[in-house]
Amino acid sequence: MAMNRREFLKIAGFSTLLGLGGKAAFELLAPGEIEAAMEGIPLTAGKKWGMVVDMTKMDERIMDEAIKVCHRIHNVPKVENTKQELKWIWKETYEHTFPGQHHEYPAEAYHGRNFLLLCNHCTNPPCCRVCPTAATWKREQDGVVMMDQHRCIGCRFCMAACPFGARSFNYGDPRKAPEELNPEFPTDMTYPTRSRGVVEKCNLCAERLAKGQIPACVEVANKIKKGALTFGDLADKDSEIRELLREHYTIRRKPELGTGPNVYYII
Amino acid sequence: MLEKAIRGSQTYWGWLIFLLLVIGVGAGNFIYQFFEGLKITGMSRDVSWGLYIAQFTYLVGVAASGVMVVLPYYLHNYKAFGRITILGEFMAIAAVTMCILFLWVDLGQPIRVLNVMLYPQPNSIIFWDMVVLSGYLILNVLIGWNVLSAERKGIHYPKWVTPLIYLSIPWAFSIHTVTAFLYQGLPGRHFWLTAIMAARFLSSAFASGPALLLIICFIVRRFTKFDPGKEQMRTLASIVTYAMILNVFFFLLELFTAFYSQIPGHMVHFRFLFAGLEGHGRLVPWMWAATVFAVLALVLLINPSTRRKEDTMILGCASVVIATWIDKGMGLVIGGFTPNPFERVTDYWPTVPEVLITLGVWATGFFILTVLFKVAASVKEEVAGY
Repeated sequence: MAMNRREFLKIAGFSTLLGLGGKAAFELLAPGEIEAAMEGIPLTAGKKWGMVVDMTKMDERIMDEAIKVCHRIHNVPKVENTKQELKWIWKETYEHTFPGQHHEYPAEAYHGRNFLLLCNHCTNPPCCRVCPTAATWKREQDGVVMMDQHRCIGCRFCMAACPFGARSFNYGDPRKAPEELNPEFPTDMTYPTRSRGVVEKCNLCAERLAKGQIPACVEVANKIKKGALTFGDLADKDSEIRELLREHYTIRRKPELGTGPNVYYII
Repeated sequence: MLEKAIRGSQTYWGWLIFLLLVIGVGAGNFIYQFFEGLKITGMSRDVSWGLYIAQFTYLVGVAASGVMVVLPYYLHNYKAFGRITILGEFMAIAAVTMCILFLWVDLGQPIRVLNVMLYPQPNSIIFWDMVVLSGYLILNVLIGWNVLSAERKGIHYPKWVTPLIYLSIPWAFSIHTVTAFLYQGLPGRHFWLTAIMAARFLSSAFASGPALLLIICFIVRRFTKFDPGKEQMRTLASIVTYAMILNVFFFLLELFTAFYSQIPGHMVHFRFLFAGLEGHGRLVPWMWAATVFAVLALVLLINPSTRRKEDTMILGCASVVIATWIDKGMGLVIGGFTPNPFERVTDYWPTVPEVLITLGVWATGFFILTVLFKVAASVKEEVAGY
């Protein structure tokens, strides 16, 4: 397949933008993948991605499967010290997901019940504001809060700035994570592993968005129960996600802080 | 002038060798941390800054406080301080060096530190912290060295140094203001999100820095023939007193806002620090110790008879140093992170390697301080004709 210099630079540029270096970039450029990649990128431009978690349809199994697939395809290892654990998507009880909202007469359906949590891909993200090297930034064309693990110096200012606890730090070397906890690490050879000393978090499956696919957690959740997770374009008033938001009362985590979280919860 | 540093007594050399040993142990542990990652520290997801950043915050204050001897001399023509401005400047050099080292050992990827300059981000406070800290270091090296060598030759320091001296005064205030901005602009961290943070930082700095300088002045007088002077020390003690009163006052303002408003998010951090939360209370004895030392310091320093008596003055100053070190170090950093954004409590306590690396950095600072003060004291002795 022929590819001129301009096309090559375009793809190389986009893959750098996506934080895909080395091997992943090479695979993007591999024959056969090119058309998909070229189509995928315009798909994501001019969008404002958001997610709706429908807690009326959500259950433990869906959450566990979503967490499992995310951590598998992104090579997020388990570590011995749970205080230093890495997680891109996780569970937390209602009381701790929405601190300050709960009261002494809780609805039975929500008391102590787990919610699914991930990076909110805020409209006005404080983590990006504080980063001294722009290793984390808000992608202009679709609002994904991205991470460049090759530029991150590991100062952890973003972790102090994030009011949602969405960021994980590689305290140890993820490639040396204990084998008994990670028998098959790296679990996905098409996605890069990280070095020690850098921050990571949910990237809203930017690598899948580039191929025109939806985030893996949403795909898995919908296979189990349709509508448990909805991913879509908040900028498009006719999109499914906007339809859901029109029809349901939704809440977000800590909206009073002005970060503009883009993950909504139907309760 | 540096040749003055290589001629000294046995005590001097013994002290330097001791510091080198501590530096060596710290460096060894840093190499271990470099290869294993920060997992060898007590830091976690929830408490992602610890002992290192606590020391950094405290020492920026010590560095900034050099201005408390520079300002009265150069702006108010308070002649008596002419004798000790050099000590303030040299202490600032040692303190800024420690600050930079503490930031550096805290990085997950220390070899990438220059990314801060390669990809400068003016929206990040860390960028500005790098600018003001390195600027302050350069200013104090240039000013201190030139003024001291001019004094040695019995001439007036070069004219180009004067604007730098004036610049160094607002610059000193800037370094601690910017350091406070690292904390006070973060949404969702109620303990830090307070407009008085920078003012609290400065008051605590102007108490702890001169208090430390006073203690060091006594040591200098004991080991060299250079006498910083009785009047100078008394004036310094007054500065410490006023600053410590302000510092405690500002802290009480925080307590009022939190506990009169009764907003849980504002009260909970103080509860954690002073009473413990959900059975986690390792900092409680430390915070109460800081309180006791702060009260003791105020009693000894406000009372004129104890402030003027040297041994009680030193005890008061030492109390100031300890109280502010706990309050603006571990208290500030760990208190701000606990409880976490989910209102959960995660314990933090430094590990042995973490403490040894910290001691190594402190020893590096004291090494620089000793050498610089040795030079300064020797030059002063030489000029005085000993």
